[in-house]
Amino acid sequence: MSIKQANQEAIRRIEEGNAMWIDLRLACDVVPGMEDHTVLHAGPPVGWENMCGPMRGAVIGACMFEGWASTPEEAIALAASGTLRFDSSHHHRAIGPMSGIITPSMQVNVVRNERFGLDTFSTLYMGTGKVLRHGAYDETVMAKLRWMNHELAPLLKAALQHAGGIDIMALVAQAVQMGDEMHNRNKASNPLLITQLAPHLVAVGERAQVIEALKFIDNAGHFILNMVMAGCKGILDAASGIADSTIVTAIARNGYETGIRVSGTGDRWFTAPAPQIKGVFFPGYGPDDANPDMGDSAITETLGLGSLAMAGAPAVVQYVGGTPEFAIETTMNMFEITVAESKTLKMPNLNFRGTPLGIDIRKVVKTGITPVINTGISCKRAGVGQIGAGLTAVPIACFEKALEAFATARAV
Amino acid sequence: MKIVDLPADDLQVVNIGLESFAQDLRDQGVVVVQLDWRPPAGGNARMAALLASLEDDDDDEAS
Repeated sequence: MSIKQANQEAIRRIEEGNAMWIDLRLACDVVPGMEDHTVLHAGPPVGWENMCGPMRGAVIGACMFEGWASTPEEAIALAASGTLRFDSSHHHRAIGPMSGIITPSMQVNVVRNERFGLDTFSTLYMGTGKVLRHGAYDETVMAKLRWMNHELAPLLKAALQHAGGIDIMALVAQAVQMGDEMHNRNKASNPLLITQLAPHLVAVGERAQVIEALKFIDNAGHFILNMVMAGCKGILDAASGIADSTIVTAIARNGYETGIRVSGTGDRWFTAPAPQIKGVFFPGYGPDDANPDMGDSAITETLGLGSLAMAGAPAVVQYVGGTPEFAIETTMNMFEITVAESKTLKMPNLNFRGTPLGIDIRKVVKTGITPVINTGISCKRAGVGQIGAGLTAVPIACFEKALEAFATARAV
Repeated sequence: MKIVDLPADDLQVVNIGLESFAQDLRDQGVVVVQLDWRPPAGGNARMAALLASLEDDDDDEAS
């Protein structure tokens, strides 16, 4: 198969994929390989010794949530002892924003790519500011985590069963036309989700429970993001493993390294040091407090959302920095490194042009244009949380390494 | 036209590559169209050779 044919096949699979949010389950019951003391994290694999502050903070919180440790000091000792089984969530069909920590007793979203029979899993979105995924673990964080796990998740599960699932990509398609880029701007998609959920929550829940759940999902602002991320992963995983394809199937960062995966080279990671983020900081924080780029949420960019769809979401620049002109320029640049335009995700202000789809490592290396990422910024110190949001780009070295490996494999 | 006469005429320039060259002319009132161009792979010969070996074939369209 030629590279062009292989890339067309990858795009066909991506376009045919869907993402139905069908369930919430305990990670230990549904995530493959989720055994006792397993700790899944965002990005390519990284051990405790190289983990950044906020990811360590989230591990500490997760250890206390699981009951493996009762204090942060005990959790640190446990992690340093080698008892915990760290691995990339991507190796377990799972995904999570920022630190992305998933442990066995956590509830996860189950999102199904029905066309290809692929289930993927993600953490529940906790909100912004002082939250576990950004490395915070004080009692307010732990209490919220327990409430989400023990009260919110069972209610959502019942509502989803009553609804027969919710089509996440259908909401994404609507929201992109309403000014969301689906990574850092979900002003349309989150309310659309609430509209879909509300009647089913009311049907299955107690009044006070339902009010609390709806308020939480609304206040969280980006609650839909984690289902979108799982959906993107399921769709892109279906396009992985096409031997001659140069299309990127994952972009993920762990705060230490940024990694990409390419369809033709399967599950192999190509990594480079995680870059810093240029952004807008919450009051009291600045660039010196910022951790390098972290999280699995760049799976949205991999599917042509996030920064790639930024032209259609000019208001996102108020959160991540830049100007509306910059937003359009960013999307136009992304067309230079992609092989297709989405048939379903359309940007009205570009005459309903489809979002850039299918990042081609050849185009990235040739042009030197790398995918831009809209992202949150964690404090580099464990225990603090989110301190801003901004923009960064995937290091070119990831693509150069991938191109070397792809060419080598093809020459054999 | 002799090349030495060019600057005296209504000079219009297309500048390819380094934008500072275009700016120098703009500073002197010359109309310049800037073409954003850079060598493939930023001039990295190893990468450029790999890219050349992985180009799409022209007959792919038939597929």
